[in-house]
Amino acid sequence: MSEDEENREMVEIFVMGKRYKVPKGLTIMTALEYAGYKFVRGCGCRGGFCGACATIYRTEDEYKFKMDLACQTAVQDGMFLVQLPFVPAVREDFDIEEVDPKDNDNVMLDYYSEIARCVSCNTCTKACPQDIEVMDYVQAALRGDIERCAELSFDCIQCGLCSIRCPADIKHYHLAQLARRITGRYIHEHSDELEKRVQEIKNGEYDDKMKEMVEMEMEELKKLYEERDIREEG
Amino acid sequence: MEEGYLYYPGCTLKTKASDYEESAMAVMEALGKPLVEMDDWYCCGAVQSLTEDDIMHQIAPIRTMCCAQEQGEKEVVTLCDMCYNVLKQANERMKEKPDDLETMNEFLTEDPDYLGEVDVHHIFEILRDMKDEIKKKVKKPITDLKIAPYYGCMLLRPDHVAIDDTEDPHIMEGLLETIGADVIHNPKRTECCGSYHTVNRSDIVEKRVEDIVSRAVKDGADAIALSCPLCQFNLDFHQRNTDYDIPVFYLTELIALAMGIEVGMEKHKIDPRSLLKDKKILE
Repeated sequence: MSEDEENREMVEIFVMGKRYKVPKGLTIMTALEYAGYKFVRGCGCRGGFCGACATIYRTEDEYKFKMDLACQTAVQDGMFLVQLPFVPAVREDFDIEEVDPKDNDNVMLDYYSEIARCVSCNTCTKACPQDIEVMDYVQAALRGDIERCAELSFDCIQCGLCSIRCPADIKHYHLAQLARRITGRYIHEHSDELEKRVQEIKNGEYDDKMKEMVEMEMEELKKLYEERDIREEG
Repeated sequence: MEEGYLYYPGCTLKTKASDYEESAMAVMEALGKPLVEMDDWYCCGAVQSLTEDDIMHQIAPIRTMCCAQEQGEKEVVTLCDMCYNVLKQANERMKEKPDDLETMNEFLTEDPDYLGEVDVHHIFEILRDMKDEIKKKVKKPITDLKIAPYYGCMLLRPDHVAIDDTEDPHIMEGLLETIGADVIHNPKRTECCGSYHTVNRSDIVEKRVEDIVSRAVKDGADAIALSCPLCQFNLDFHQRNTDYDIPVFYLTELIALAMGIEVGMEKHKIDPRSLLKDKKILE
């Protein structure tokens, strides 16, 4: 028995069918690394934001698959794990200048016609580690409500678990991205402030301040952040 | 719902058939019984699965029934014939087969159990029962228009969900007479338009459309009236390769015109405006 196992509470997990004992409290990702696996794909930010580490697992006495992000979920005793290298879902190419929703009854159907196959089983929503109402945004896309689709899917990190579980082969996260792009380009009001700020950045007006901050000590930077003034201009 | 009817739109009414939604809502508003869109609803699935053990394709319509139940309503009104047919058939199945309802409720864990107490109606059933009110609101009877009613399949088949006599329906004829139209008897009114063959076998649809429209024209019709958005698309769009070009109205558009309500009619392939101007219905 190693020193670790003597001093720490351990749980038993199965990786690709092989039994391992790993310390309790590790995430699935770190537990796999503890067991000797090295991630080349299927691992990214380790902070629950990038969506690269989608994982499927089972627990004892439960027939249903469970899904989560490997970097955000703690191992439990009796977990059966597999890693998914990536989610195979085809993203349709589109030209942002050619997807004006005003030119078409429902541009979403032109690119992702399989949304019409949705049977409203809600399996996508149940699979989502971000608690997004996935089925509802697919339904919004189907009825041409692109803005609502974009709004509901806003927290999507594109891990793809919805698409893995869909019986209708819908590419939820890709179509949601299209909806958000269309919303940004055609539906939301144009922001003069944004354009002004982008121009200021391009003109180099913040270069000196940026350089100053990069060179700052961490404590100094934290103080600056906490004391920042975010009131509206004018 | 005391003030009006709980309304299930369906996806097509929000996109290609927005003319239908606009006119139906305007008519019901004018009749003092507005259509109130459901807080939440789901695509009906558009085609009713007839397979005995296929519960999965009943989920979407029953989810919508759950939404109505959650709003405390016992009636849902649809405009689209496809939605009507699918919702009605799925709903009737749940009422008639308690085992299927149990299976459904086992699956729909995120909602309270569906009790099977909601009824589905088509807008024509509602309008049929309001003929007197419609008559009172008619300002410009469309007396010069010769209209051939067309029912298609989804309002009449199968028999147990039909809104009228399957072989000899009169519900549209009655409504057309109420608004003063010259009703042309249409022997092809219950024949299929070709339906979804429009996707990859337009030759089939074109034959069906030619058959239906040529008979209506031969009998003197100026236009066709109907309610199914797919029939509307087929009869309207597929006249392009025939010798005909008569407008295909949603019946509610004609009722609106007779009531003096302005309607868009934006998405018709065969623009009905010149006919309406000829007949002095539009300025």
